Amino acid sequence: MQVALMVPCYIDMFYPRVGMATLELLERLGVDVVYPKEQTCCGQPMANSGCYEEARATEEHCARVFGPFDCVVTPSGSCTHHIRNKFTAGADSAEKQNLVRNTYDLVEFLHDVLKIREFPWATFEHKVALHTSCSAIRGLNMASMSERVHDPVFSKPRALLSGVSGIEFVEFERVDECCGFGGTFAATEEAVSARMGYDKLAFMQKASPDCIVSSDMSCLMHLQGCAHRQKQDIPFYHLAEILNGVSL
Amino acid sequence: MSSPVDQAKNAEKFLADTVHEERLDKLLWTMRMRRDAAARQVPEWEELRTLASEIKEHTLSNLSQYLIQFEARATANGMIVHWARDAHEHNQIVYEILAEQGIDALVKSKSMLTEECELRPFLERRDIRVTETDLGERIQQLDDQPPGHIVGPSIHKTTKDVAVLFSQKYGSDPNNEDAAYLAGVMRENTRPDILKARAGMTGANFVVAETGAIVVATNEGNADLSAHTPPLHICSVGIEKIIPTTESLAVFVRLLTRSATGDAITQYTSTFRGPRKGATMHVILVDNGRSTRLGMKRFWHSLKCIRCAACMNTCPVYRRSGGLSYGSTYMGPIGIIMMPTFELRKYSELPFASTLNGSCTNVCPVKIDIHEQIYAWREVMEENGQIQVVKKDAMRVAGKVLSHPALYQIATATLSTALEVLPHFAIYNRLNAWGKHRDIPEPARETFHEWYRNRRRKTDEVTRL
Amino acid sequence: MNSTRTFSRNTILDSVRANQPATQPMPTIPHFHTNKPADPMATFSESIARMAGVVVTQDVPNLDSFLRAKFPDAKVICSAIPEYGGTIKPESLNHWSEASRIDVCILRSPMGVAETGSILLSDIELQVNTIAFLAHDLVILLDPKQIVSNIHDAYENPYFKLRPYSLLMTGPSGSGDIGGIVVHPAQAAKTLTVLLSPAPDAGQRTG
Repeated sequence: MQVALMVPCYIDMFYPRVGMATLELLERLGVDVVYPKEQTCCGQPMANSGCYEEARATEEHCARVFGPFDCVVTPSGSCTHHIRNKFTAGADSAEKQNLVRNTYDLVEFLHDVLKIREFPWATFEHKVALHTSCSAIRGLNMASMSERVHDPVFSKPRALLSGVSGIEFVEFERVDECCGFGGTFAATEEAVSARMGYDKLAFMQKASPDCIVSSDMSCLMHLQGCAHRQKQDIPFYHLAEILNGVSL
Repeated sequence: MSSPVDQAKNAEKFLADTVHEERLDKLLWTMRMRRDAAARQVPEWEELRTLASEIKEHTLSNLSQYLIQFEARATANGMIVHWARDAHEHNQIVYEILAEQGIDALVKSKSMLTEECELRPFLERRDIRVTETDLGERIQQLDDQPPGHIVGPSIHKTTKDVAVLFSQKYGSDPNNEDAAYLAGVMRENTRPDILKARAGMTGANFVVAETGAIVVATNEGNADLSAHTPPLHICSVGIEKIIPTTESLAVFVRLLTRSATGDAITQYTSTFRGPRKGATMHVILVDNGRSTRLGMKRFWHSLKCIRCAACMNTCPVYRRSGGLSYGSTYMGPIGIIMMPTFELRKYSELPFASTLNGSCTNVCPVKIDIHEQIYAWREVMEENGQIQVVKKDAMRVAGKVLSHPALYQIATATLSTALEVLPHFAIYNRLNAWGKHRDIPEPARETFHEWYRNRRRKTDEVTRL
Repeated sequence: MNSTRTFSRNTILDSVRANQPATQPMPTIPHFHTNKPADPMATFSESIARMAGVVVTQDVPNLDSFLRAKFPDAKVICSAIPEYGGTIKPESLNHWSEASRIDVCILRSPMGVAETGSILLSDIELQVNTIAFLAHDLVILLDPKQIVSNIHDAYENPYFKLRPYSLLMTGPSGSGDIGGIVVHPAQAAKTLTVLLSPAPDAGQRTG
């Protein structure tokens, strides 16, 4: 099976190891991964600021680059949510429709398409505080949300990570309260954003995890920034890295 | 033309007061948990939400017919029905009703609509004394502050704040912070006004077209006190509050209080179908922009709102900003999508006071797609030139770079410029915003696409051949 | 004056008609009878207790002794029921605000609601509406057979279509406005006590 790998701009620049882990993991699973080198960004930062004109060219470029592929995988819930649910700035085209239909977050791809549950090459005998982004929960239905009290409880990221030997999840309060990143919000409402990040870290730390894991690096980028400022030493990992067999 | 409310700056000030912020955040999160517990008790909760949403959509799409039906039934019941196109006309009608009888004092229960119309200052300028009978509204009135939350107007104040305020205004003990004591102080001081009032005013939670009724839900019973003790009752209500039948009322009554406080129902849920014996009852149906909003394809669903404040309680931004930070009658998520319809420029920043996390949409008892409307308002602001110039420029640069792979790769090759390009950080073209409370991420030694180009492509080319 | 009002009315209705979206259908509203409580009286008691209401399940053979024992300081006992005299009757109140001098009022409610612990009162039972919120304490007689399951059932009661004032009252008045701390009472009735007692006549009054 062939997939095109979409590496979000912020992962490209700041956390290339997440892109590498994703690539390696997919190849381990027998997937033929293509990395279209002309890719840049999905357009989300501009679109989320209401700047549709500015987002248009980027979204159209993204559609051109990835449109030809039957399957596009990206290690980012927020980018997947943007493409699947909010990709409206660019002109309509067959490529765009293709892209919207064929883009998967890495977790979705592993859980729903490849239906993998075991990662025998990976061991992680540590306590994990698992954070699932709001895009993943409420945009992509990758986990149940606390607001809908009658829905059965489920979590695709957790189901995948449970296939890693030795892993232990810690439970913490306000598990699906937003971490405060919110994209441009992080700069435009800096004080509230930071407060939300500090609070989320505090709830997690109360449960004494060894590390913090998420399938969205944007949340982790924000939480890591908050943690470092508070001189907290806790490591942060993208889910791809754990599944690929990283050690602490 | 007023300059935009700087919600972010107001929020920052609120956050600096850690006592009040931590308390409000904790208290309202508890309300959200109480809402969850109440919803768990109702197996058909999600079905009720869907019904409520559909009933409202049906009613709003047939609003003219229901308004006419209500008017006819209410009039037959003995109510006098008025129509007010805007806030000023509403206030004028209230004034004329009172002036006609030479009434110079009014008791009233909580009505966000009257806040919206700024009724109190209007009447006070005409020498009519207004006494709020809702405890929270009264506290805010005494403190000369607008309500900070649509269900608990003074919820941001500690018991100590209230004790100090009451000691200043009522001469009570400033050191007695007991909530029951303070409630008693308010009761003692307000009751005489209620007993001798010649006019009382209420809002309404629901207006039932079929029976010509208005329904008011309070915990204190102060709406009933205000409506029935005096011989004149004025009820002000927005035209969007109409529901078709008593049967549909049941759906909303089951959802409202559970969403607001986690109780199954309020202590006093009253249906008024006409004046009490020997009294007069007026109903003022108020438009004030609602009919225009009805025609906004993307935003008319905000008219379904039943004012439960569940969205505020769950909103992580509201809980850390405080309701007063929005500078608006309606705050939090619902405020963000309603206020721009009143004044676009003044509230142009509000749609950015959100992380678009979507919790609000999922607690809303009438299923308003709140976070999606917040997102849509951002584009409206941009189209109407309401986005700050600096932000716009940064977006233009970002848009250019991110749509041209060559430009992107050059920009990211120089790692320090990478930081400038990335719109998340570059909103003000300064790094201070992100870096005030957080460390900035280290640019990687090698970007992913460089790594791929240098190490991977060679291998790939070989294997593909 | 008149023409302004007509103009406003017509302006608003015209604007509504011009703007209202394409009509959407009214849903059918189920009554959720499958979730009926097994023991309505028990559910009612639990529900009202959550709202600081009190239910007296034991027999009360003598209303007067019961009231005087429960409210020893009460001087003005108003009775809105035919079988008990009290010290005053609602009709003796000359002004609606006079209900504030009532220490305790005893009334009969025609309906309770198990789901919420509410009792129904209308202008018929109250005779003077202000009693419901100006009297200091309220004692309500309620026939357990007249407890309906849920709010859907409750709103089927003809009172809501026929009476000028109908009230679903759930416990004494309360407020959480001061520091988020819920206090009972707030401004209206200070206590609410429900006495379970069979209704004197079989037929329901509908007014």
